[in-house]
Amino acid sequence: MPSSLSTPAIPPVLEIHDLTVAYRRKPVLWGVDLAVGPGQLVGIIGPNGAGKSTLIKACMGLTPVQGGWVRFWGRPFAEVCSRVGYVPQRETVDWDFPVSVMDVVLMGRYGRIGLFRRPSRADREVARACLEQVQLLPYADRQISNLSGGQQQRVFLARALAQEAEVYFMDEPFAGVDAATEASIVVVLRTLRDRGCTLFVVHHDLPTARQYFDRLLLLNLNVVAFGPTAEVFTADLLQRTYGGRLTLLSEVAQALGAQGGSR
Amino acid sequence: MTPEWVLPAFDAHAALVAPWTEHRDTFGWVGVMGFCVAAACGLLGNYLLLRRMALMGDAVSHSVLPGLVIAFLVSGGRGTGPMFAGALVAGLVATLIIDLLQSRTPLKQDAAIGIVFSTLFAIGVVLAVAFAGQIDLDPDCVLNGELLFVALEPSVAVGSLTLAPPAVIRMASVLALVIAVIVVGYRALLVSSFDPGIARSAGVHVRGVRLGLMLLLSLVVVSAFEAVGAVLVVAMLILPGATATLITERLPRMHGIAVVHAGASVWLGVGLAVWLDCSLAPAIVVAGAALFVAAWLMGPRGGLLIQLWERNRVQS
Repeated sequence: MPSSLSTPAIPPVLEIHDLTVAYRRKPVLWGVDLAVGPGQLVGIIGPNGAGKSTLIKACMGLTPVQGGWVRFWGRPFAEVCSRVGYVPQRETVDWDFPVSVMDVVLMGRYGRIGLFRRPSRADREVARACLEQVQLLPYADRQISNLSGGQQQRVFLARALAQEAEVYFMDEPFAGVDAATEASIVVVLRTLRDRGCTLFVVHHDLPTARQYFDRLLLLNLNVVAFGPTAEVFTADLLQRTYGGRLTLLSEVAQALGAQGGSR
Repeated sequence: MTPEWVLPAFDAHAALVAPWTEHRDTFGWVGVMGFCVAAACGLLGNYLLLRRMALMGDAVSHSVLPGLVIAFLVSGGRGTGPMFAGALVAGLVATLIIDLLQSRTPLKQDAAIGIVFSTLFAIGVVLAVAFAGQIDLDPDCVLNGELLFVALEPSVAVGSLTLAPPAVIRMASVLALVIAVIVVGYRALLVSSFDPGIARSAGVHVRGVRLGLMLLLSLVVVSAFEAVGAVLVVAMLILPGATATLITERLPRMHGIAVVHAGASVWLGVGLAVWLDCSLAPAIVVAGAALFVAAWLMGPRGGLLIQLWERNRVQS
């Protein structure tokens, strides 16, 4: 692209500057700064109410922002929206909605084909391939309410794959799924990362966070730490993220113990 | 001698066939008007149902009253243009205030709707009573509408060609607009109703879609208002989609069923009105509700008979 030739440094995939979000005067995010390059699998961790989901929503323009800005490849979200994929929390949609699994996955193609054109045969082929990848092809014509929680999560994942985006935001994709589904989701995430995508995944389980992600974003109102997992997954930083919550601290100790044991 | 409360004898031909053959002069345009109202409401109602906004129609239809009164006072007459504009503006104001209450206060949508529509209706009543000397609005008509008036209106003629009564032309245009919006905006409506997050990333302006839908709702309700009134239009918005929900699991089929439901309600409703010699609009709603009950009993999605059958099958 000519614009990237004229600028000496390639802008980061996602750059957030001094982002502040508040609900009724109560700040949820305060002065968040972040810059992330391509091909990263980033886990976003932090306690409940730390602003993890809000950060994602603010990046996608789904919630009003009080200050600061978000840029993708140096441009505002609205200009590059089709290159940014999104996997919401499973409970945020109505699973009785009268659509089939295939319909939901095809929604992932809307950004590419435009809203006013019918999905082509090629789009359906892409959607089928994405369903195949999450082992849901036999369910393509089912109504979405006839699926288990893990299957619902994989439908969302297939839709994200069908978007063929370069950046993905995933809000707790592992919530309420069984171990087998969790493992298959991790495989998909890593495949995407290896293709050069950058993924931001809100995650709740500290021990597995260490295994799954290249980088961690420790968030609590602002960025406590962001860096390679090995560098930021420390008792000190986690304690600063989670505060003095005993149960979580013991979980951290356990996780670090497991880390020490594996060496 | 038969007691007074006994229903008149049911003559299938007189109720179900004759209105469309021998008495077409009386019922022809009434039927077309009823169908246009029911179909436009039903198609739009599908989206209200899916977005859990079914009572927005209630809010808009009741908010129309102050708009009508103010338009009457300002224009000094019952001209269609000013009345229509007043009602439309009132409906839009109602949806905007509800939106504002919902997004800027801790109130949820049900409370916001409850506050706005009853307040606006009350303002309408206060104004209507305060200026009673200058206003000639039939309260019965505001609440229940009068579908038969349509047949009494002279048809609009272009040159030597006689078209339809003006209300029918208006309602048919609104139905055509609703269908056009659904056909052209199908995917935008679908994705923003199902999942606003993914809609954003597909480039849909979610709030814009919502406001557009509210604008269309105001237009449909206000157009349907004179035919079916403020109360019954709510049933027209919800019943077709509710019936369709019990029958199918796909949105395009829901639209089809809503239109069939609209046609069947009008046909059976006119029959009921002829049989019992009662008002048309309530009869159409009763017929539509009967169809809903039939779907509830026999529908494949959560129908009572299906549930009974499946329970027996599990036990055996």
